[in-house]
Amino acid sequence: MATQRITIDPVTRIEGHLKMTVEVEDGAIRDAYSSGTMWRGIEIILKGRDPRDAGVITQRICGVCPMAHGTASILAIDDAFKVKVPDNGRIIRNLLLGANHLQSHILHFYHLAALDYVQGPDVSPFIPRYKGDYRLPKKLNDQYVAHYLQALEMRKKCHEMLAVFGGKMPPQITMVVGGVTVTPSVDKIASFLWRLREIRDFVENVYLPDVLGVAEVYADYAKIGVGHGNLLAYGGFPLDGAGKEKLFKSGRYIKGRVLIMDPAKITEDVKYSWYKDSTSGKAPFDGMTEPEPEKAGAYTWLKAPRYDDQPYEVGPLARMWVNGDYRQGISVIDRHAARALEAKKLAAVMEEWLLQLKPGEPACAETKVPDSGEGMGLTEGARGALGHWLKVKGKKIENYQAVVPTTWNCGPRDDKGVRGPVEEALVGTPIADVDNPLEIVRIIRSFDPCIACAVHLIKPSGEMKKFRVI
Amino acid sequence: MELTRREFLKLCSASAVGVGLSQIADPRLVAAMEEAAATKPPVIWLQGANCTGCAVSLLNTAHPTIAEVLLKIISLEYNPTVMAASGELAFSHMEMIAERAKGKYFLLVEGAIPTKDNGIYCTIGEKDGKEATILSVLNDIGPKAAAIIAVGDCAAFGGIPAAKPNPTGCKPVSEIVSAFPNKVPLINIQGCPPHPDWLLGTIVHVLLYGLPELDDKARPKLFFGETVHQNCPNYSYFQEEKWAKKFGDKGCLIKLGCKGPMSYSDCPNRKWNSGVNWCIGVNSPCIGCSSDQFPDGMMPFYTALSKDKWPKKDSEIV
Repeated sequence: MATQRITIDPVTRIEGHLKMTVEVEDGAIRDAYSSGTMWRGIEIILKGRDPRDAGVITQRICGVCPMAHGTASILAIDDAFKVKVPDNGRIIRNLLLGANHLQSHILHFYHLAALDYVQGPDVSPFIPRYKGDYRLPKKLNDQYVAHYLQALEMRKKCHEMLAVFGGKMPPQITMVVGGVTVTPSVDKIASFLWRLREIRDFVENVYLPDVLGVAEVYADYAKIGVGHGNLLAYGGFPLDGAGKEKLFKSGRYIKGRVLIMDPAKITEDVKYSWYKDSTSGKAPFDGMTEPEPEKAGAYTWLKAPRYDDQPYEVGPLARMWVNGDYRQGISVIDRHAARALEAKKLAAVMEEWLLQLKPGEPACAETKVPDSGEGMGLTEGARGALGHWLKVKGKKIENYQAVVPTTWNCGPRDDKGVRGPVEEALVGTPIADVDNPLEIVRIIRSFDPCIACAVHLIKPSGEMKKFRVI
Repeated sequence: MELTRREFLKLCSASAVGVGLSQIADPRLVAAMEEAAATKPPVIWLQGANCTGCAVSLLNTAHPTIAEVLLKIISLEYNPTVMAASGELAFSHMEMIAERAKGKYFLLVEGAIPTKDNGIYCTIGEKDGKEATILSVLNDIGPKAAAIIAVGDCAAFGGIPAAKPNPTGCKPVSEIVSAFPNKVPLINIQGCPPHPDWLLGTIVHVLLYGLPELDDKARPKLFFGETVHQNCPNYSYFQEEKWAKKFGDKGCLIKLGCKGPMSYSDCPNRKWNSGVNWCIGVNSPCIGCSSDQFPDGMMPFYTALSKDKWPKKDSEIV
């Protein structure tokens, strides 16, 4: 049977510019090519600037997850400046990141993913839409539409909650090297807590049941979109000043075992990316890369990150798995379920953190820009493992580097031809109707891609020395 | 299986919290808006070299809620972040609307326009089997719009992607629009990102009263007429020369790098996220994100402005 080629460009209801091309043979996907189609060069722009400013600029890598970039960036700057953040500062940073995870997870399920399962009303932007496999009975479908609207208000409330300490969102303004500019006060704690309880109620009584409802009706998707089955987490949300204990541990899952994660084993391939081949396979900090938009055989602005030469999926499922919080399976449904369960876990623990704040006590340590230094910031963004690396020379940024969740997930083949996680997750999936490929977008969106994040980088820094994991 | 539009609007009003834009709100406007909504204007929202922060900021609108915006004020025909359709279905719908509603639709652009190497650094869909750049799509459908709104610093003035050394040759929307064969009204809404009221207030103004009064950079004077410094709650500290010397101190933040004197916006009065807070409210210096100079003209963010850029004290004004 002839091979059919399906191109979905743009893949909407994600962040950023993504194109997906798949080859269908005998009614199933035989191969897949994931393409990031926009590049800005944020790291090039950062070079030569005041290192304290990186936290402001990198939040603008992505307007959906500025908190994640702000966190990774500020951790890298703290590390380079060798400053110790007071507990108030650490806790407020955790609360800000947690607030945006809640916002992002609610937004992802209801406003980005749900319309692949639920039919909206017959008005724009809910039409046009793919035809076909919508299985929810009318009453349930209508309930999801009502929750779609309610969730718009809840995700907004998450940002209002974040603004209590963050000033505004997106992006927040309060995180600076050494801590945060805001000093916690009782009224702010109460204002945050009141909103958090309302959000927690929504997560537990609406969001989680809705995800389980979709899981029940679309139960076959618990076996669809599996992929390589490797999971990676950098760890995040430090629970003590030294950063030894974290809410989510770092680690990786491969061939049935959870193992430790050593950031020195991360490399990036570019054979299939629009960058010159000369730096392929090196640690991200080892070389210079130049864009080569016309490079033969290349098909994306994303690179192909690998850990010890293996592709890994990152995200809520990966960190919940590594942490031992969720081990049901790896699939479209499992990604949604782990994300919702993570929201529940976060909303609960954030109440405890809030009450650990000491009103009126300092939240920021004084520090000075060092002549030189280097730092690494590893955290967990809403979409998964995120790392920023910074090198300071002559009080300026000499090099800046980020390896982000969607690059892990939506990156292309590596130099050996091994597909990226989303590409692999698509292969083998039966497609009922090539004109309405709902299966493809359901698989892609289960990863919650964020392409602006993934395609911000091309000029990696000089050599990367050993950094301590924060 | 499908909801009728009437049923959906009922659902919507059940969860809606009220209508009215703060500051320019007037009870009579509500009725007028509903009337205008009877023939909701089509809106096409393109994304170039962007981060989607402007779209997310719009989702945070308080009054009207985003559900009311989508269902009662505009007909959002194309927006990659929220629309149901993907791929060709989405892209061809956008082209169809641009043709069918020629001269009647509003074109909103988020993100700067890469122009280096023919704009290859941002493609947003496929046309006739070939990748279409944001530059080519803007040139295709821009001239047919009733008006164009450049949403956010990147679209309005270049913003971060156009910061030195501007690796992809990013240009603001205005530079592309000025080369159109016909004249299309253009409004610049600055901010990284803009406050939702700035964008919605402008849209409502256009729908009810026509184009708002613009300054020489095509910005509505309504929102961007005064500096942050002029209306800052720390203004008296500045007069008294009471300076915050480290984060957490009370006092004027100018020595910690505040760019309030250079940033034109009504943030001090409007505040952000439904009025919950704003930058100075958490003791952070203003980074000047509401400006045509952001980011290069505002950096380094945490270094005090040189004295020649300081505003005059009241006692110095004769």
